[in-house]
Amino acid sequence: MTAPAQPKLPYPHRHLLGIEGLSPLEMQALLDMADETAEANRQAGKRRDTLHGRTQINLFFENSTRTQSSFEIAGKRLGADVMNMAVASSSIKKGETLLDTAATLNAMRPDLIVIRHQAAGAVHLLARKVDCAVINAGDGSHEHPTQALLDALTIRRNKGRIQGLIVAICGDVLHSRVARSNIILLQALGARVRVIGPSTLLPRGIDRFGVEVFRDMREGLKDADIVMMLRLQLERMNGSFVPSVREYFRFYGLDAEKLSWAKPDALVMHPGPMNRGVEIDSEIADGAQSLIREQVEMGVAVRMAVLEALARNLPNG
Amino acid sequence: MNRPLLLKNARLIDPAAGTDTRGALLVKDGSIADLGTDLNSAPDGAEIVDCGGKVLAPGLIDMRAFLGEPGAEHRESIASGSLAAAAGGVTTIVCTPETSPIIDDPAIVDYLLRRARDTAVVNVLTSAALTKGLRGEEMTEIGLLKQAGAVFFTDGAHSIANARVLLRALTYARDFDALIVHHTEDRDLAGNGVMNSGEYASRLGLSGRPIEAETIILERDARLARMTNSRYHAATVTNRDSLDIVRRAKDQGLKFTCSTSINHLSFNETDIGDYRTFYKVSPPLRSEEDRLALAEAVSSGLIDVIVSDHNPQDVEQKRQPFAEAADGALGIETLLAAGLRLHHAGHMSLPVLLRALSTRPAELLDLPGGRLQKGAPADLIVFDPDDPFMLDPATLHSKSKNTPFDEARLQGRVLRTLVAGKTVYDCTRTDAKK
Repeated sequence: MTAPAQPKLPYPHRHLLGIEGLSPLEMQALLDMADETAEANRQAGKRRDTLHGRTQINLFFENSTRTQSSFEIAGKRLGADVMNMAVASSSIKKGETLLDTAATLNAMRPDLIVIRHQAAGAVHLLARKVDCAVINAGDGSHEHPTQALLDALTIRRNKGRIQGLIVAICGDVLHSRVARSNIILLQALGARVRVIGPSTLLPRGIDRFGVEVFRDMREGLKDADIVMMLRLQLERMNGSFVPSVREYFRFYGLDAEKLSWAKPDALVMHPGPMNRGVEIDSEIADGAQSLIREQVEMGVAVRMAVLEALARNLPNG
Repeated sequence: MNRPLLLKNARLIDPAAGTDTRGALLVKDGSIADLGTDLNSAPDGAEIVDCGGKVLAPGLIDMRAFLGEPGAEHRESIASGSLAAAAGGVTTIVCTPETSPIIDDPAIVDYLLRRARDTAVVNVLTSAALTKGLRGEEMTEIGLLKQAGAVFFTDGAHSIANARVLLRALTYARDFDALIVHHTEDRDLAGNGVMNSGEYASRLGLSGRPIEAETIILERDARLARMTNSRYHAATVTNRDSLDIVRRAKDQGLKFTCSTSINHLSFNETDIGDYRTFYKVSPPLRSEEDRLALAEAVSSGLIDVIVSDHNPQDVEQKRQPFAEAADGALGIETLLAAGLRLHHAGHMSLPVLLRALSTRPAELLDLPGGRLQKGAPADLIVFDPDDPFMLDPATLHSKSKNTPFDEARLQGRVLRTLVAGKTVYDCTRTDAKK
């Protein structure tokens, strides 16, 4: 399953819209590229010019500080001209349809568009209407492929493999695009994936995703190698999906006691931003088993790798 | 309590096994140590009570009673309610959460259980609200409340109108194996109705509540219970159409159970007569055909549980024009005698009656009682099922007097009630007190 180091396997797609549809070899190829980039990113001279002359637009319909800046840094390190579309002040707020926005942007001849949108499928819709490469930076509760890739890279660098690991994804799986992308990616690379959460936060039919489903956190964490916590949105905390923050933390918050059910060398991840005292105890978030900061670092590397891979496939590339 | 107690010469009725035999029963350390036809020797120093051939059965478990605390101590207190329970043969009560403040927080559950420990003569357990403030909007902390001791979750006489709220609560409750008890009534259809809808209400000039207000929500709930496979209990079924819905849900193998109240098994809408407000209950009394169908359903086991729906109201709340009077009737102290009416009328055997009053509630609440079995708690009653009397409300232990059995002729008297082997009611002693 591991891709040979040289020559790199090509990434033969025009867009990166989701993990769904990628082959394990393509996933490995992106991870290998990102791994090298991560090393380069730790050097003083981080700047490359592989995207010189290219225009990258970050089009974020949902507010995001972390992902947007990660994509911005990635594009700039590769030498691209990066433009952030501030949707809040744009014509979209003035009633322009999504497709008109797409046509307008397309006329400006960008090479790469990074899109986040609150509606599942919106990025796919846009991708069909533009001539450039499109990267999905999160569409509704559907997919967030670069997050899954950076999670996989972080795991691979720390555990040396993904094959055979038990990965427990905990919390609000229902609304999580991170969970969906990770389930597909990690299973494709041979991990045993579990999901843990209250039934109100698990999507119907999740048992048919090939994962093991747990409602009891301790049972679900037993022998896990990786504990991946998900963020619980504030508006879902008080009685709609779970009764209260304190009840959620008691039964589903990751603290030292619950973590002790996982393997002694289990590692803890969180896509951020964290709610300390809701889904994760500060002691764990900042503890020796936490990979949370490394995930952020790998985010830039993965996004650089994806931008480079897509740029190679551009028709005028 | 350390002294063993032999209850001999008894008619042992074990509703869990469906048996009705003669014999004796030995209580030791608060539990049933031994029982049977052949048991006739007691250990040295044991107290011996001759039951005189009367019935010895598990104490009743009442899944629905309002005990006034906190916030309505003028209507009832845990102490007065538990004395009424003991006199009525009820050894375990589950409080409704419609108190002030509402029982929707683990700290209040804890408070209530401590009050019960300190002031009650019978076991007092509590349910907790299913939604915060009984508002029907946001579920309560089902996990923490259950850990604090809440035995099930209910909004009492409030029905949850929003199906999504109930669906989420059912879904969430399943993870904690929590039982949800729901009052099934469509608020808009019930409107401002004060009694059963139909000819009788029309003749009295009172607005009616149709049975469809009950069946539409019950049908909805059966479908939600099927989606979630959660433990669902309909709080009060009152009519034939509801029984059809319950039957279908049970035939589908759902964890779907139900209660009816002793009021709905004892009376019908015509008992309201000349606007008698002691017969104003919620949901309202239905037709005689419905009452007979309910009795049949208890007999067949389709209805799992009979509750007292004990709801003490002070006289001022009842001395009102019918439409303006408060809902509710006393029930806990007359629960057994009223139930025995069904037995004497030929609807069911004693074991079957007692099954709905003790075994089934114990099973639903996961309690060890409700059975005559070695090791089970010695929560027991001795009663004479035939002794006739006329009910004098002055003899009732409750703080309120709104009994619909005022001056009713009843048959069946509790002689002795034991909780954890300790006698908490003895008719020979308390009669003297009165």
